[in-house]
Order: sequence, then structure tokens, then C-alpha cells
Amino acid sequence: MTTGDPGTAGGRAVYRIHWAPGTDNLRAVCFCGAEEEFEDPVALWDWLLGHPEGHNPRPAPESGAPVPAAALV
Amino acid sequence: MIVTGFARDQWYVAAYGHEVGRRQLGRTILGEPILLYRTEDGRAVAMADRCVHRRFPLSEAPSHLVGDQVVCGYHGFTYGPDGVCVAVPAQRRVPRTARLRSYPVVEQDSFVWVWIGDRDPGDTTPPRAPWLAAPGYTTVCGMEPLNARYGLLVDNLLDLSHETYLHGGYIGTPEVAETPITTEVHEEAGVVYVSRHMDDAACPPFYAESTGIRGRITRWQDIEYHPPCLYLLHSRVAPVGSPPPAADGADRHAFHVEVVYAITPSTEGSTYDFWAVARDFALDDERVSDFLRESNRAVVLQDVAALNTLEKVLAGEGEHYQELSVNIDTGGLAARRILARMAGESAARPRSAAP
Repeated sequence: MTTGDPGTAGGRAVYRIHWAPGTDNLRAVCFCGAEEEFEDPVALWDWLLGHPEGHNPRPAPESGAPVPAAALV
Repeated sequence: MIVTGFARDQWYVAAYGHEVGRRQLGRTILGEPILLYRTEDGRAVAMADRCVHRRFPLSEAPSHLVGDQVVCGYHGFTYGPDGVCVAVPAQRRVPRTARLRSYPVVEQDSFVWVWIGDRDPGDTTPPRAPWLAAPGYTTVCGMEPLNARYGLLVDNLLDLSHETYLHGGYIGTPEVAETPITTEVHEEAGVVYVSRHMDDAACPPFYAESTGIRGRITRWQDIEYHPPCLYLLHSRVAPVGSPPPAADGADRHAFHVEVVYAITPSTEGSTYDFWAVARDFALDDERVSDFLRESNRAVVLQDVAALNTLEKVLAGEGEHYQELSVNIDTGGLAARRILARMAGESAARPRSAAP
């Protein structure tokens, strides 16, 4: 069977969006490690796809490999 | 905004394999009329569905097959399976330009895929839906024509919270709309994942009748969308309290249903809605097959009715309509952006003149 569970997927250039439990907020996680919370999914995608503008990575990237310069547009 | 442009240079499902045989089948894909049939050795072929002479459709009677060739029913122009004209009435010379555009074909996982575009597919292959033709699964399937732009079906399938309202009595229960989703986009692969895991949910008739579960369920919905055409919903259903899947993937306490959609744009305002439901239980039970076929078709027709209505509304409002997106739309918005990028890239590439 394949669950396709995104929570277990790894790799670079992956955008993750979690619906914060018990809230109406969405937590966006960029592949660079930057995180930000939003109430509006349109604003969220604008921020994610605007990488690297306004992205201040919190944890260091998981691997030492450079992240792609391009973002989904 | 909902994407309306077509993504060219992509694989699209043109038909199920069982639809393509020794009689011509006509389908319009991305606005291009396409003729499909099988040669005598069983190979599926695809070519332009218009005779080069006076544009008569080769898929329509009295056009017919003779061996591996198709004969136009209007004046008898005859074409080989590669689209090259081999006979013209009343003359021996066949004009050099008398050839139909032919399309690359891949037959895979019960689908006949055609490549629509100007460049060669090269190493690009269609995405997989292996359950549809794999041992250990039984599949029911169908196709419903949709009088709506394909983007509306993408929106619909990426946000399953609509099940609660549109599909109550079949697959919708309150928990679907109430449960938050997790969304993920793999940019390099161009795949959108939307995941909704319900720990304790009512069992809708679709699953209660087919699995025999009578109590509440753990219900997982894991969407995998491979733009532009293939949509996979990995559905896992188990009685509440059942163990989760083992580390090696074994999951014998749960029922698995792989719901597959192929979203093939026909024209700007119409779409082929291919749907298939593969299950890993009650494999030989015809009553379960009949039930799932009828139930899923009923669900698809509910979507078709809603989206046909929506298409009329949007077409009447022009390009300046307003809409509002909320949390449940996160995956759909990602899909729109990828499709817009694909359509934009295609539009930027100069089209070659079709022969």
C-alpha cells in the first residue's frame, strides 16, 4: 500500500503547510527552513513562493547541500 | 483564478484501454480532434481525426478500418497507422503533404495516454496508477463528460471537504469538513500532496456497505496530484482502535481504496472526467463491485452537475469575478499555480505548424 503521507516525505524544494491544531492558522515551512504563520492561504503562497525574500531560516537546512535558487512561480 | 490555459507538451489520458479496439474512437483533447484505434496486432495508435482532404472525421461512419488502415467515409482517402496517406481516389500520385498528425501513445495501468504538444516526449513518461491493473486489486471505472473547464475539476478534487455537503449519503460525513489538512508541494517533481487523517469518524455508506464495517472508523485521505492530468486518492479505512500500518508498510487491519481520476481537458469549456476505484478487499465479490461502481458514478455525477452549473456562472461573469480562498483551498491554490506555470511555459513556446 502507499499512503502518500506528506509528513514522511523528505528532500529539497519541498513546501509544507500545516494547519495549526486548534486554530484557524496555517504554518508555512519553506524548503530553506523559514517558517511563518498565516490566516490567508493566498498570502501564504505569496510568501512561500517569494523565497528568499523575507525568509529567515529558523533551523538550519537538514543537509549541507545547497538549496535550489529557483522557487515555484 | 481558475486556470483556463492548456498545458501542452504533456501526457493526457485519451481513453481506457478497453475503449480502444477495432472500431474507431474519436476524442477531442486540448481542442485537438484525435482518432484512436488498435492495429491488428493490438497496438493502440492515435492520429488527427480529420481527413486532410475535406476534413471529414475519420472516427465517424461511414469511415472505417481495413486491416491497419483507416478509410475516410467521404471520398476514400486511406491512411496507415502512422497517419501517412497511402491511397487517394482516382489517381496514383499521393500528395507529399497528405498525412495526418500522429500522436505518441503509451498504454499503461489500463489507460491509453497520448502526448499533446509540439516537442517529442523524449524520456518523459506518464505518471503511474499501478493499482488499476495490478494483481491484488479489483477495479471499477468509468468516464463522465463534464461541460466545464478542467480547472474546476482540479479545484473540486484537491479540496475534499466538499464531500460533506455535496456527497452526503455516499462518501461525505461531518468529519471530512471538520478535519484540518496538511499540504505539501514538491517543486522539482511538480506534485501536490494534501493529507487529511480522521482518527474517529462516522463510516459513510460507500465504505460501510463495501467493507462491512458497522462502527466508527479511522479514515485517511492522502491525495497525490500529478499535474496536469493524474489525481490519486489513497484512501485507508479501518475500525477505530485498529493498529496503524507496520514499519514495513504491511497494513492488514485496514481496507485500502485507490481512487484515481484522469482530468483531460477536451475544449476550453469541457473535460473528460475519467474515474476509477481500485480496492484490495472483496476482490471477487461482484456485489461489492456493482455497489462501488454505482456509488462512485453517482458521486461523480453529483460533481458533474455542480461543476456544469458553476461553469455557466463563471462563463457569464467573464474574467472579473471575485472569489475567496480559505484554509481548505491550500492544496487547490498550489495546483492552480503549477498549472498556470505549465500553461504559461507552453504558451511561451512557439508552436510548430502541424502537417
